[in-house]
Amino acid sequence: MGEKFLMKGNEALGEAAIIAGCEAYFGYPITPQNELTAYMSKRMLEEGRVFVQSESELAAVNMVFGAAGAGKRTMTSSSSPGVSLKQEGISYLAGARLPAVIVNVMRGGPGLGNISPAQGDYYQATRGGGNGDYRLIVFAPNSVQEMADDVIDAFYLADKYRMPSMVMADGMLGQMMEPVVFKEPKGNKGLPPKDWALTGAKGRPRNIVRSLMLGGTGLYEHNEVLRKIYAEVEANEIRYEELETADADVTLVAYGSASRACIGAVRHLRAAGKKVGLIRPRLVWPYPYKVLEKQAEKSKKFLVVEMNLGQMLDDVRIGVAGKAPVEFYGYAGGWIPTVKEVVDRVNQMF
Amino acid sequence: MKTVYKKPESMTSATTIYCPGCHHGIAHRLVAEVIDELGIADRTIGIAPVGCAALAYDYFNVDFSEAAHGRAPAVATGLKLTQPDKIVFTYQGDGDLASIGAAEILHLANRGFNITTIFINNAIYGMTGGQMAPTSLEGQKTATTPFGRDLKIHGNPMKVSEILTQTAGAAYIARGAVYDPKHVMETKKMVKKAFQNQMDGKGFSMVEILSTCPTNWGLSPLDAVEWLKDNMEPFYPLGVKKDIDQDQ
Repeated sequence: MGEKFLMKGNEALGEAAIIAGCEAYFGYPITPQNELTAYMSKRMLEEGRVFVQSESELAAVNMVFGAAGAGKRTMTSSSSPGVSLKQEGISYLAGARLPAVIVNVMRGGPGLGNISPAQGDYYQATRGGGNGDYRLIVFAPNSVQEMADDVIDAFYLADKYRMPSMVMADGMLGQMMEPVVFKEPKGNKGLPPKDWALTGAKGRPRNIVRSLMLGGTGLYEHNEVLRKIYAEVEANEIRYEELETADADVTLVAYGSASRACIGAVRHLRAAGKKVGLIRPRLVWPYPYKVLEKQAEKSKKFLVVEMNLGQMLDDVRIGVAGKAPVEFYGYAGGWIPTVKEVVDRVNQMF
Repeated sequence: MKTVYKKPESMTSATTIYCPGCHHGIAHRLVAEVIDELGIADRTIGIAPVGCAALAYDYFNVDFSEAAHGRAPAVATGLKLTQPDKIVFTYQGDGDLASIGAAEILHLANRGFNITTIFINNAIYGMTGGQMAPTSLEGQKTATTPFGRDLKIHGNPMKVSEILTQTAGAAYIARGAVYDPKHVMETKKMVKKAFQNQMDGKGFSMVEILSTCPTNWGLSPLDAVEWLKDNMEPFYPLGVKKDIDQDQ
């Protein structure tokens, strides 16, 4: 720990998972996250842990269901079309209250789309792409360092709340190289025991892992348990960063790769005397609605910047609640905003 | 007083949801007896399918996981690879294993992981109300083949056991039936072998069990047995299809 490495984002995700104690990884090839699967195919075996290249995304996420049911830290990764296939398993993980980490290195959609960076899966990640009422804890890193940090935290929070979590990166973050220092994981400190795990019913009553609750009020009660857990996550785990927001006339809101251009734009505009700030959600579920609500009391306008047609835009509107105009700047299908583009767009708002 | 018959320790006292004349109950009992006899109840983990046996975890007194439709082999893979000392088995029907889960069972068999599968073939979807399964026979009337299965329209019945014998990783593939005491005894030997193989680290083992579905076949329990013998058995011949111990 403490040593600085120059790594691709996809590989940093893998090393961070190993540091976090991931005991089983299951993956299927898809660009632009292939380096992660390749990295795990080597490192997991070196560590004497489980690696399987599955026959499909469906199989991978259901292998995760099995390993999570065994009480082990486990992960799968993919890119957008592959994550669509995983939605079945993600819903089951949420229903069965199994902790696991899913990584999405997003590419352009819909459909097969392309392999360029994009943020088109925000709805899918934050609204539940699978069936039923469920949530994922969703991290939105904007650097290789944050990708590594987030994987370690994603494992911890998944165990803490007994629910799946997601690290939502994009093709740019996955492919680029940056310096990274791997942080010390918290270990199991403060985590509940996994006394529900399927380890063989030796000296205890049998355990059952399931999401099926036929008959009576079982499913109703189970959903109330989920509601309570999600409320706890919303109360405890709001994470965001603010940049120059105290006196901002225009507040930008962005996450992931799009936020990097926004950080540059804020600095550029401030140097030119324009009062511009940035709110950057580090988790996009739970979402920092109250932070936006407060900012709407002082900021005259908001601009949401995303590499899609406007998805987090909905959450910003919920937070701002009509107290200020919310504008949108974004394109889908491979567009990555530059500092100049964001600066020009913000200048139109003054 | 001598006890001549009792419930296996590995079964719970729950009343099953199975219809009169359904063979799931016999198949469950054989698996439970084998778990008892091998003394592995405290390290066995079962995986229930989606279908009539979705509630199998209510009936087996061992650790159990559900699986999404067809994904039991993938769930088993995650459980077994992270706990190689445990005995992991899937219990799947023909819609689950041969249709929506065809990829998962094929790849599990081909990888040859040490997992046991009990495959219930009753040539129909039971839980959803008697639709055509991949294993439904030519001419068989079902909820979705009201004029009978027409091979030109609906394709061919699938012989899963024979297909899986072609995978290098399969150690043991056998097909049994449980409609009379003789076949119950023979099938129990197959089930025991399939679990013993896992304990001995020999690779993937599967026992297909031809079963009745009187409700969805529209037959009495006794007539269903005759239908199975007359129609299923000729197309799905009983016996050991592959055994690496014998084939060497």
